[in-house]
Amino acid sequence: MRSIRSKHYIGIALALELIFGVARADVNLPVVVTGDAVNAPLTQQVGRAAQGRVIVLSRQIGNCLICHAVPNEAKELAQGNVGPALSGVGGRLSEGQIRLRLIDQSRLNPRTIMPPYYRTNGLTNVAAQFVGKSVLDAQQIEDVVAYLVSLKE
Amino acid sequence: MRYKLGICVFVGVLTGADVAAQQRPATPLPGSVFQSPEARAMQSDDTSNPAMLWVEKGRSLWTKSDGATGKSCASCHGDLQTVMKGVAARYPLVDQKSKTLMNIEGRINNCRTDHQQAPPLPYESNELLSLTSAITYQSRGDVRLVGIDGAAEPFFTQGRALFEQRQGQLNLACVQCHDGQVGRKLRGDTVSQGQTHGWPAYRLEWQSMGSLHRRIRSCSIGVRAEVLPYGAPSYLALELYLAWRGGSLPMESPGVRR
Repeated sequence: MRSIRSKHYIGIALALELIFGVARADVNLPVVVTGDAVNAPLTQQVGRAAQGRVIVLSRQIGNCLICHAVPNEAKELAQGNVGPALSGVGGRLSEGQIRLRLIDQSRLNPRTIMPPYYRTNGLTNVAAQFVGKSVLDAQQIEDVVAYLVSLKE
Repeated sequence: MRYKLGICVFVGVLTGADVAAQQRPATPLPGSVFQSPEARAMQSDDTSNPAMLWVEKGRSLWTKSDGATGKSCASCHGDLQTVMKGVAARYPLVDQKSKTLMNIEGRINNCRTDHQQAPPLPYESNELLSLTSAITYQSRGDVRLVGIDGAAEPFFTQGRALFEQRQGQLNLACVQCHDGQVGRKLRGDTVSQGQTHGWPAYRLEWQSMGSLHRRIRSCSIGVRAEVLPYGAPSYLALELYLAWRGGSLPMESPGVRR
């Protein structure tokens, strides 16, 4: 099932690359960048905002609050301020724009401090247990996207 | 006022890391500045600084015979306080004989194997931490001055490259946090300049004294990079670069860190 699905996605990606000429191979699944967005979801399972919230808040999984504040989550103490606050991000950015920023923010700003959450190549000196693995998997990306989209204010 | 601040921030973004990475921070700030008031108070008072336990043990090890020769450090060097004054402020340096970059830990073990005929002490052993602490303590308040020219230059260049190299699954370089984000918050922690003049230090998280290499390893783990062995050439080169990067900051080891 998975391989069929990924073949399916590769087909779409190749087709879109022909159309837009912007697909690049430096993420670990075919991802089509249109402008500053990745509009197509990475999975068939629609992103689940509640799961995404768990990932964002978890210090073990997304650990987003190490750098970002989400003032909506007032119970979370000591939120970081290296990156912008995420409140209202769903109003400022489209779903596709959020998706690209999670996948690989360096596409937009080569000097960004934001880690690539869905890229496995072009990295240096990666610890053995993480080689070939992205920080988040495709479903986790979609779940986080759904949560961030829900942060309208 | 707000407008002026905005311009400053904007100019800062434009001039950015490329320039800053070639230089020391304009105003070097010791690691203690970024600690809690409690940790700073512990560091500034030797009677409450837990690291002084290691300094005291190091003092007694200095005069203890060891190895096949039965010599102690003092047998060759004499009085710790007299002869080690200011020495750690000049480390790491290139050892004339081996042509390798050597930090205080490396020098201690070099003395042990060459002059005491004793086995080297493992990194993070109480003995090595204690001797390193006691020796480094003798430079407290001294301006740090390390050589970066001549034989040291390739090590310095390597260290600077490592400081600027993105690495690990999180794809982060030292310079991005410790130059670009100084003073900002990573959860409850304040990002420091990564100054090393307080090391070895007592880290509250460890409930122990620890070496600078142990601290660097924590950053390697944090960015999910390969964690190198203690004393690895890369970490030594980074240690030299960081020592230089602190500029004229005085030595403050043994520090107390979160």
